[in-house]
Amino acid sequence: MELSDLAGALAIGFAAGMAGGLVGVGGGVLMVPGLVIFLGESQLGAQATSLLAIVGVAAVGAWRQNGYGNLRLRDAVVIGALAPLGVLVGTVLANALSQRTLELSFAAVQIYFAYRLLRRATAPAAPPRAAKG
Amino acid sequence: MSTRLARLAAIATAAGAFSGLFGVGGGTIIVPLLILWFGYGEREATGTSLAAIAIIAALAAVAHGLYGNVDAVNALLIGLPAIGGVLAGTALQQQIPERAVAGAFAALLVVSALVLVL
Repeated sequence: MELSDLAGALAIGFAAGMAGGLVGVGGGVLMVPGLVIFLGESQLGAQATSLLAIVGVAAVGAWRQNGYGNLRLRDAVVIGALAPLGVLVGTVLANALSQRTLELSFAAVQIYFAYRLLRRATAPAAPPRAAKG
Repeated sequence: MSTRLARLAAIATAAGAFSGLFGVGGGTIIVPLLILWFGYGEREATGTSLAAIAIIAALAAVAHGLYGNVDAVNALLIGLPAIGGVLAGTALQQQIPERAVAGAFAALLVVSALVLVL
């Protein structure tokens, strides 16, 4: 392994963790290309390896957020425990629709979420939404 | 089944489906839905998302490990600095307004969408 590759892997790992801590994602979006480019993994291998790294990152991040009072553990456990159902649904979808359709659909969902979050964040001093019932 | 449980199940199913399909993407579903459906604050949504991701990634890593796809040394090389990063990121997040967290998240969603489309 070249020294520059090692440095690249360490740097992108740090950046992935930083992004994960800031916005609550695992950081796979940076780790997977990092593992392919700097450590020579295949796409499939990189996805698998990134998952193991994400376990540590997400667990440490959740532990810190718990210390800051920002963790609702019960909801997290329900989501985590039921997610394997989603993997099955995803497998069915992957066989029913083209990869391109899936990519465009997911992209559209993400753009919609970005719009909703920005609209909410820029709304004039909204108190907690519960007010309207 | 209560509405709350049904919504949590829907979040779990979508997160699992997208992470299974694209390898990444659990958090980009969990965080916005916790905010938009449950009225979570941005910081609570990211903290809770991380805990859910730890469980989802652990299950998936075991499954991939059984197929021999996981490289433990590479996972350490990229994962150890990432743990340093997440300590810094969560600490930094406490110092910035929640609106800024939402803005950063929206930017991440747009970039992620562009990567998928292009």
